[in-house]
Amino acid sequence: MIALVDCNSCYASCEQVFRPDLRGKPVIVLSNNDGCIIARSQQAKQLGVPDLQPFFKIEAQLKRHKVHVFSANFRLYGDISNQVMATLRDFSPQVEQYSIDEMFLDFSGMPQDLNDYGMLIKDTLWRHVRMPVGVGIAPTKTLAKLANHAAKKIKDSGVAVLDTPEKWKWLQKRLPITKIWGIGKRLGQRLNALGIHNAYQLAQADARFIRKQSSVNVERTICELNGEPCIALDEQPAPKKEIFVTRSFGQKTSSQEELLRHISRYAAAAAEKLRSQNSLCSSLYLFAFTSEFKPGFYNNSLVMRLPWPSSDSTLIIRYARQGMAQIYRPGALFAKCGIGLLDIRDRQFYQPDLFTPGQDKHTDELMGVIDGINQRFGRDALIFGAEGLTGKWTMRQQRLSPGYTCSWDAVPRIACG
Amino acid sequence: MLIRLQPAAQDLSRQELPLYASRVRAGFPSPADDFIDRPLDLNEFLIKKPAATFFAWAEGDSLRDIGISQGDLLIIDRSAPHVHGAIVVAALDGELTCKILDTRRKQLLSANDEYPPINVDGREDMVIEGVVTHSIKRHLRQV
Repeated sequence: MIALVDCNSCYASCEQVFRPDLRGKPVIVLSNNDGCIIARSQQAKQLGVPDLQPFFKIEAQLKRHKVHVFSANFRLYGDISNQVMATLRDFSPQVEQYSIDEMFLDFSGMPQDLNDYGMLIKDTLWRHVRMPVGVGIAPTKTLAKLANHAAKKIKDSGVAVLDTPEKWKWLQKRLPITKIWGIGKRLGQRLNALGIHNAYQLAQADARFIRKQSSVNVERTICELNGEPCIALDEQPAPKKEIFVTRSFGQKTSSQEELLRHISRYAAAAAEKLRSQNSLCSSLYLFAFTSEFKPGFYNNSLVMRLPWPSSDSTLIIRYARQGMAQIYRPGALFAKCGIGLLDIRDRQFYQPDLFTPGQDKHTDELMGVIDGINQRFGRDALIFGAEGLTGKWTMRQQRLSPGYTCSWDAVPRIACG
Repeated sequence: MLIRLQPAAQDLSRQELPLYASRVRAGFPSPADDFIDRPLDLNEFLIKKPAATFFAWAEGDSLRDIGISQGDLLIIDRSAPHVHGAIVVAALDGELTCKILDTRRKQLLSANDEYPPINVDGREDMVIEGVVTHSIKRHLRQV
């Protein structure tokens, strides 16, 4: 059997971990730059706060309902997610972290009552981390996802076990196919056209026929819906094949200098991510555009090849600036730019050849020192001159909660009084 | 961006002190001193359950008589049992406060005569957030 444990309204719940006064209250979290609503607590959902809605449109309404609003604090969420995942690892020898707030656990060979075990997991996560979760348990990953859905939507307990065909068939008949793991909106429409509307109909469909109509993945999904495991637990998450850092500017700009500062900053962040997964990249994808909604829309992109596979921030920033300088057009009011690191390879398999110099040892040492300092004193303790020193380019994060887990200055203060 | 190089920014998790296998003795050096054991990790000593632990600064003097004062760093384990006499962080009506747990009389106690006990019997707004396992006091203000 496989369990899927999923944090309820993860980001909103993270904001409540160190704020007991906010538990049971409507809380929402905004995306980068305070643009959109990306998380809503249960109470916010009940108030009818819509998901992914531009914040400015409903700001007044939210204020009236006394909704607590936060800018996304991803470092805090990352730390709390790590605590959740570490706690979950105690419950199974084989796990797969599927996303920041979801983990699959292998329960094969576990003799206990699985419903009780699920309850124990849920209670422990609340007690140890103050994270509310739902637990779905079933023979396959796809069914575990459905069970998790049921745990949240149907049962109050937050734990659902689909251990017999009767149980999963009952649920499947009530679920539209787009609720199935791996079936997106477009594929859903194609299947609808074939007369398949709910999960049960898909489970009963002829796998080979469906395969001809769509893809082998759907065939696997059908097997999984019938309780036959086809998708194994992937214990080691693959390193990212592409790393993108992109952001809308807090303030639009037509200055080349400012655009280059933005891209330098994103390049530095991307290079740091690259080093943290111990990889090298050999190409950069650079892009920038103006606001789509304004006349004179301009967008452009290009790919820069690095002289050798690298994770060196100085080199990546230099090439990113060269590329962005070509994209820049005088007069255009840029709203967004970004960098993608492409052709990423694992460092340990990289073979330098005789004729290209490659990344030298000093560079590695220097980058190690920079990453060490930034880990220790906070991101941005040490930055590259190209990233600029004015505050204009930083994200709009007017409602950021303190980094309760990220800096000594911000750990909670507790009254002994 | 400026960074403030102040003591509060020290990161405990990286404090490693070498532990020598034998005690320091005057006279003939022990040959065992050549074998340095694994470095001591202060985290390992202070934190039994990292995934359930958080830090907080103490504010106020209600726990003065048990040696917790303003500015001490508290290490709080959410997974530790709520036993009688434990120093706990409780949320009272959403406010975090640090007290001594008296399970027999169902009270939260202070360690300072100026603060009377708080009765929590039947108070549903009282939640214990965690148990203080250590308090760290800085004795040398400036290094």
